[in-house]
Amino acid sequence: MTMPIETPAGQATEAGDDASRLWLDRLAASGARRDEAVVELHALLLKAARFEVDRRRAALPHLRGGDHEDLAQQSADDALLAVLGKLGEFRGESRFTTWAYKFALLEAAVKVRRRAWQGREIPLEDGAWSVLADRASSAGSRAEDAELFAAIREEIERSLSERQREVLVAVTLNDVPIDVLAERLATTRGALYKTLHDARHKLRGALARRGFQVRSGGEEER
Amino acid sequence: MSNDRQQTGEHDRVLARVLGPEGPELSCEECFAQLDRYVELALAGDPADEKAPGMRAHLEGCPACAEDFRSLRDLVSGETGAES
Repeated sequence: MTMPIETPAGQATEAGDDASRLWLDRLAASGARRDEAVVELHALLLKAARFEVDRRRAALPHLRGGDHEDLAQQSADDALLAVLGKLGEFRGESRFTTWAYKFALLEAAVKVRRRAWQGREIPLEDGAWSVLADRASSAGSRAEDAELFAAIREEIERSLSERQREVLVAVTLNDVPIDVLAERLATTRGALYKTLHDARHKLRGALARRGFQVRSGGEEER
Repeated sequence: MSNDRQQTGEHDRVLARVLGPEGPELSCEECFAQLDRYVELALAGDPADEKAPGMRAHLEGCPACAEDFRSLRDLVSGETGAES
């Protein structure tokens, strides 16, 4: 039995909306009906992959036009396999197309980030310290900020493990994409983010013990 | 004056990146699992953050997931706009 689920307003509440159910029916069918659905699904994923590659075109100035299309095609191919392999996980909490798009966007984003960093060294910690030093020296009238940035550097060196320091510095100070770092360190994005989360928690604790009241902030722009 | 504001904005940006969000947040895997629902809730004007606790904090802390969110939101909202 399917349990009702909470979905955005205006959508059906059991196995998703009609169009989503139709997608699932066609993809679960056999013969020409399924083949046609798979072709349509690939076209949908290719549209999303092209959207993402185009959006990130500035990150790949050295690529030719055909290379962008190759990246989009590879992303759509990989996303198609992922979507078909995970159909059983679709619970109708969004439209099927929105659910499928995220796989193509992820594949394309990861491929573009990795291509942009292909052959590039991961920056060393020395470069990252200048970010904090610049902040500390430009704090001007806000002396407390200068102290805070100096303390952050000290605690990164003192309180974090080598792995935590490596991940935190690369991702937050040197702007290394987490997918790229995960590939270089032979691990996953999720595992690295857990390391980053633990490092931040430890750093906040160390700063709090020194009497700093750390303001909260966010990466995400709305 | 505006230079001060610019400096403050840059300080806050660096602090936010280094120290991340406060409070509980989802993992990258949980974020990906909920991303489609969260985007549709947000675009429908529903209280997405109430229905997906920890999502916003994760998007604040994880640049890669935040990019994925923005891409899916913009792709879907572009389609919705084109349909209407």
